[in-house]
Amino acid sequence: MTATVRGERDTVGLAPPGPGRPWHARLLGPAAFTAIAVLALVVAPLALEPFRLGLLAKYLCYAIVALGIGLAWGQGGMLTLGQGVFFGLGGYAMGMYLKLHDAGGHLPDFMVWSGVEKLPPLWVPFGNPVFAIAFAVAGPVLLALLLGTLVFRQRVRGAYFAILTQALAAATVILLVGQQGLTGGTNGLTNFFDLFGQDLAADETQRGLYLVVAAVLGLLYLVARQLVRSRFGRLLVAIRDGEDRVRFLGYDPATVKTVTFAVSAGMAGLAGALFVPVVGIISPALLGVVPSLELVVAVAVGGRFSLAGAVLGAVVMGYAKTSFSEQFADGWLYLQGALFILVMTLAPKGLLGLAARARDLLPSRRRA
Amino acid sequence: MEAIVNQLPIGLSIGAVLLLIALGLTFTFGQMGVINMAHGEFIMAGAYTAYLLQDWAGRQAVIVALPVAFGVAGLMGLVLERAAIRHFYGRPLDTLLLTWGVSLVLQQAARDLFGAPNVQVQAPSWLQGGIGILPYNRLFIMALAIGSVVAVWAYMSRTSQGRRMRAVMQNRQLAAVMGINTGRVDQRTFFIGSGLAGIAGVALTLIGPVGPALGTYYIVDAFLVVVAGGLGQLRGAVIAAVALGLLNSYAEFWTNASLAKVIVFVAIIAFLQVRPQGLFVLRSRALT
Amino acid sequence: MNGALLEVRGLRVEFDGFRAIDGVDLTVEQGELRFLIGPNGAGKTTLIDVITGLTRPAAGSVRFEGWDLVGRREHEIVRMGVGRTFQTSVVFEQLTVTENLDLAASFRRPLWALARRRRGVSEAVDAAMRTTGLTELAGRPAGVLSHGQRQWLEIGMLIAQRPRLLLLDEPVAGMSGEERVRTGELLTEIAKDHTVIVIEHDMDFLRRYASQVTVLHEGKVLVEGSVEQVRADPRVQEVYLGRRAEPGTDAGAGPGPAGGPAEAPDAGPVVGTSVGEGM
Repeated sequence: MTATVRGERDTVGLAPPGPGRPWHARLLGPAAFTAIAVLALVVAPLALEPFRLGLLAKYLCYAIVALGIGLAWGQGGMLTLGQGVFFGLGGYAMGMYLKLHDAGGHLPDFMVWSGVEKLPPLWVPFGNPVFAIAFAVAGPVLLALLLGTLVFRQRVRGAYFAILTQALAAATVILLVGQQGLTGGTNGLTNFFDLFGQDLAADETQRGLYLVVAAVLGLLYLVARQLVRSRFGRLLVAIRDGEDRVRFLGYDPATVKTVTFAVSAGMAGLAGALFVPVVGIISPALLGVVPSLELVVAVAVGGRFSLAGAVLGAVVMGYAKTSFSEQFADGWLYLQGALFILVMTLAPKGLLGLAARARDLLPSRRRA
Repeated sequence: MEAIVNQLPIGLSIGAVLLLIALGLTFTFGQMGVINMAHGEFIMAGAYTAYLLQDWAGRQAVIVALPVAFGVAGLMGLVLERAAIRHFYGRPLDTLLLTWGVSLVLQQAARDLFGAPNVQVQAPSWLQGGIGILPYNRLFIMALAIGSVVAVWAYMSRTSQGRRMRAVMQNRQLAAVMGINTGRVDQRTFFIGSGLAGIAGVALTLIGPVGPALGTYYIVDAFLVVVAGGLGQLRGAVIAAVALGLLNSYAEFWTNASLAKVIVFVAIIAFLQVRPQGLFVLRSRALT
Repeated sequence: MNGALLEVRGLRVEFDGFRAIDGVDLTVEQGELRFLIGPNGAGKTTLIDVITGLTRPAAGSVRFEGWDLVGRREHEIVRMGVGRTFQTSVVFEQLTVTENLDLAASFRRPLWALARRRRGVSEAVDAAMRTTGLTELAGRPAGVLSHGQRQWLEIGMLIAQRPRLLLLDEPVAGMSGEERVRTGELLTEIAKDHTVIVIEHDMDFLRRYASQVTVLHEGKVLVEGSVEQVRADPRVQEVYLGRRAEPGTDAGAGPGPAGGPAEAPDAGPVVGTSVGEGM
């Protein structure tokens, strides 16, 4: 009996909704999801002032990236330290469209300042919003498919994969900063005014955007959860725990990992595209080594082994960062570092892991 | 043609710095499977050691700083290993994140202690000038790297401590069964590896300013050296560091600086298609 | 079809100059139950590693149903119908027994079809569960299984894949007497409708369940024949008894007159490793 309990605790967030569990336990997940959805879609827009709602929308964008990290890292064991790159691809795609739209046939402002005279060919297709949004997702997916195929097929994994993705993030930032006329350099793309005829500065638009972000997050969460609970999800966990053994079950782990990595990249790209109209800027500082790592940290804090943990972590860490750096900017780095050390040492399963442990303790005390 | 020659000492000295940094990483990574993201901050600590010693040693600070920085950075590494990392063996990815937290704290501490702006360390006057296209300061860095490699090689192959280190690297459990105190060996490895980062930090003061984020500029490339060189392989680290240093500086020169890192990244990925486990590999039959 | 199910010809494997396998020929016919024995370092596991694509040979060929296996990737070989188990059983501890078996059974489905959630238990999984006697443990995470149960689960995963050739690497190592008997029965059951190659040290087990035996020694085939022939062969006795005479060497491999003395020294270290490496 004790063995079973231990086993269940080991599989926090992975426990299948089998018929073995009582009905109230099976309803707990959907009930919680519905409650949070109502809170996010109805209560928050009514209760929060526009500024706070905008911040929440930003955190939810990060939560979409975190969801992808939860999938790739928590479930699949691929520690990706370069999600910022995919986030950035999506963000820049959207930013380019908004820039071109605002410029209305002229050159975007920053290009004029950098002395660019003709719109670079790379920019031309992004004048079309459908292309821009499609690219925001497809671009990251294709890049991840390419990178994943090259790396996973050669059985480069674990720490090596982490290092490579980090190097990609570092290289991307340097590239973006260097191409001033093409990317806006260090400043990135900013000063957006209009989205599909709506004034981006208006509270109404921002509220609408918030609702879109929240809905996308909810939808992607459901998709990811379905994936985790499917055979594909089991396979992913199996690969995380014994990649070589999986080969002898007749599966090619490289394919499964590449697909998962691409899904997580697509999520990050979409998040980036949503982020730009919400926050009003995309720049290299938002997608380099540090922001990429910060998101991984957030997932670890929330609880990497469950998708809900990843989302929770992104929101909690986003909130913590805002409120602490409002008061003492320098302290935030100490706090973040310390928090991280503490989480890794004391609660490797994050906040949700702690919650599960607390829940496990309660009934046993009652029994005793 | 002239440009190719002119760029050579720059590339080689960057390679030398990468080598000094990567030497430590190969051992901590190769022996313990530890990815130490705080390694970059040990570099920074070494550089600030030279900066602080200027008050006392004046322009010879760089020379005095070499052994001191080795000790300072080594000690920091030792403390990190004892206090945190040893609880994380077998969890390389968790260690990576843990040490990143440490790295954040150390960077902020440096900002509070020394201020956010960069500082300069005066090079000794005898390191100014050069022979032809070879500036003395870059020659000095190369000599430092060669000296360190020879010292590490001698330590690994000629001393009993070094042999124990290699034994642990190749088969930790077996080494433990043979009566080797693996904990002690780990501490030593970490001390030496981190100490080398300190020396790299001192070397960096000769070619640029010192700031709290100094380590972050080199750490990613140094990790790439480890990836390309193969785990715990001295020869691999040497070849990979020199190759990466040269590739970096030539790519910067021929394209523009912003494309260089992308080229290096693509080159590494291409290289891994041919040698997925790096230049040199320790073979084993284990199923992981 | 004409010809054997598995044909190994002139196989040579080198590890940094050391010849782990040195010119091995092996033919296994459809429906056979073949035991592979030999002292430690004889090359038994290496041979299986080559067949399943884990190790590349320096020379020689491995033909399965006429197809050359050399140079193919591991999962491709599994897809052709060759399955194996490992000395230290590797099951997925976070997944339940059913999930482990289901994953093994689903490998022929296309990737997109895997994205659907599993409903119920497929016939192959159910059959494998019944054959291995794990039905009662279906919902348990594999992490809580005993050593013996893990081995059975691994064998069950193999059966669920319906391979045409099964390679079992020391299935009874580290098992208690009772577990050995059960594994033996399981083996007999499987061998009825599968072609099986078993690596085994345990002589008692061999005597009870083996018919055809191939003895490997220092990378070469020493003898091949029935259990009686092999046991009576003076070269086999020399290889085992000669080694046995030296103190401290691999005593467990000796063909002791009774199973008892051969079991004890062998079981110890094997249990040790399987526990130590059990993640």
